[in-house]
Amino acid sequence: MGEVIVVTSGKGGVGKTTTTANIGTGLSLQGKSVVLVDADIGLRNLDVVMGLENRIVYDLVDVVEGTCRLRQALIKDKRFNNLYLLPAAQTKDKNAVNPSQMQKLCLDLAEEFEYVIVDCPAGIEQGFRNAIAGANKSVVVTTPEVSAVRDADRIIGLLEANGLKNPQLIINRLRIDMVKRGDMMNIDDMIDILAIDLIGVVPDDELIVVSTNRGEPAIANEASLAGQAYRNVVRRLMGEDVPFMNLESDSGFMSRLAKMFGFKKKK
Amino acid sequence: MDLFKMFSKNDNSKDIAKERLKLVLIHDRANVSPQFLEMIKGEIIKVISDYMEIDESALEIKLTRTKRDADNSTVPALVANIPIKKMKETGKI
Ligand SMILES: Nc1ncnc2c1ncn2[C@@H]1O[C@H](COP(=O)(O)OP(=O)(O)OP(=O)(O)O)[C@@H](O)[C@H]1O
Ligand SMILES: [Mg+2]
Repeated sequence: MGEVIVVTSGKGGVGKTTTTANIGTGLSLQGKSVVLVDADIGLRNLDVVMGLENRIVYDLVDVVEGTCRLRQALIKDKRFNNLYLLPAAQTKDKNAVNPSQMQKLCLDLAEEFEYVIVDCPAGIEQGFRNAIAGANKSVVVTTPEVSAVRDADRIIGLLEANGLKNPQLIINRLRIDMVKRGDMMNIDDMIDILAIDLIGVVPDDELIVVSTNRGEPAIANEASLAGQAYRNVVRRLMGEDVPFMNLESDSGFMSRLAKMFGFKKKK
Repeated sequence: MDLFKMFSKNDNSKDIAKERLKLVLIHDRANVSPQFLEMIKGEIIKVISDYMEIDESALEIKLTRTKRDADNSTVPALVANIPIKKMKETGKI
C-alpha cells in the first residue's frame, strides 16, 4: 500500500503545483513508482508544468464518472521510470467530484503506486476537501509573507481537524538577500509561528520559471538551486535525515551557494 | 501606529511582519471576531462604570499571548487597558 501525500497551501500561487511536479519527479528519480494527481478541477496546471499537456485523453472526472478505466486516464511520463499523471478535468468544476469518490480513487492508486502525490487547489472549499479526502500525509507550502503564512496556519488547523496529523512545511521562494537585511522572515521565525515540522526550504529561483516554460521539472536540472532543495525534500520524504545547513552565518557568494544545498537546521 | 514610525527605516520589516502575524493568528486560532471583542468591551464598561468613572474612548481591549508563570508556556491572554478618571462614591466603601 503506497503513501498518499497531499500538497496544500491555502493561499494561491505559492508553489503547490511546482512542488508536486518536483517531488513527484524526484521520487521517481529515486526509483519509486509515482502517480501525480491534479485535484485542481477546472484550473488544471500540473499537465503543463510537467510538459504532458498534449497527451491527455481522459481525466480524473472521466475516471470517477466511469467513462473510462483508471489505467486509461494515466499518462506515462516517458522521460522517467514509473512516473504517471492523472490530469484534472478542465471544463468541469470542483463539484463534479465528491470526497468519498476521491478517497476511493486514491485508495485504488495506492494499490499500484508507492507514492500518490495530490496537487490541491487553493482555498478551503470543496476542492480542498476533495484533495485531502484520500490522503494519509500532508505537506503545506508557504512563502515567507504575512498573508501566505496566515493562510498556511488556517490550513494546518483544517488538516489536523480532518485527521491529517503532523503536516510538514515547505518554505518556498525564500530570498537570502532579503532575509539577511531583515526584510523577510527567516526559517526560525516561520517555524516559531507555525509550530510544525520543516521538510524543506526552496529558494526563489529563476530556473523554476525557465523549467516551467519548458515543461521540465527543475529537480532534474543539476545546476538549479531550487532543484537541489527539492532533491533534499525528496530524501526527507523517504525518511532520510538530511541536515539543514546554516545559510545565514557564512559569507561569500560561492559558499552561500554551497550552503543552499542543505539549508538551515530547525529548532 | 504613528506616521514617523511607519516610515522609519531602522526597524526590520520582518520583525513587524512576525509581530503582526502572531497577533492575527491568535484571533484566527481562537476564532474570535472583532465584534466579539466589542461585545466584551461593552460588558466590561457596564460593570466597571458602577464603581469608577473611566475614559471610554481610550479603553483598549485585545486578545494577545503571554507566558504563563507556572511553566513558561505561551497562552492566550485577554488584556484590558482601562484609564480611570475617578472613583465613584459607591466604590469607596
Ligand atoms: N521557488 C520558486 N522560485 C521562483 N518562482 C517560483 C518558485 N516556486 C513557484 N514559482 C512560480 O510561482 C508561480 C506559482 O506557482 P505554482 O503554480 O506552483 O503555485 P500554486 O500554489 O500551484 O498556484 P495555484 O494556487 O494557482 O494552484 C509560478 O509562476 C511558478 O513558476
Ligand atoms: Mg496549482
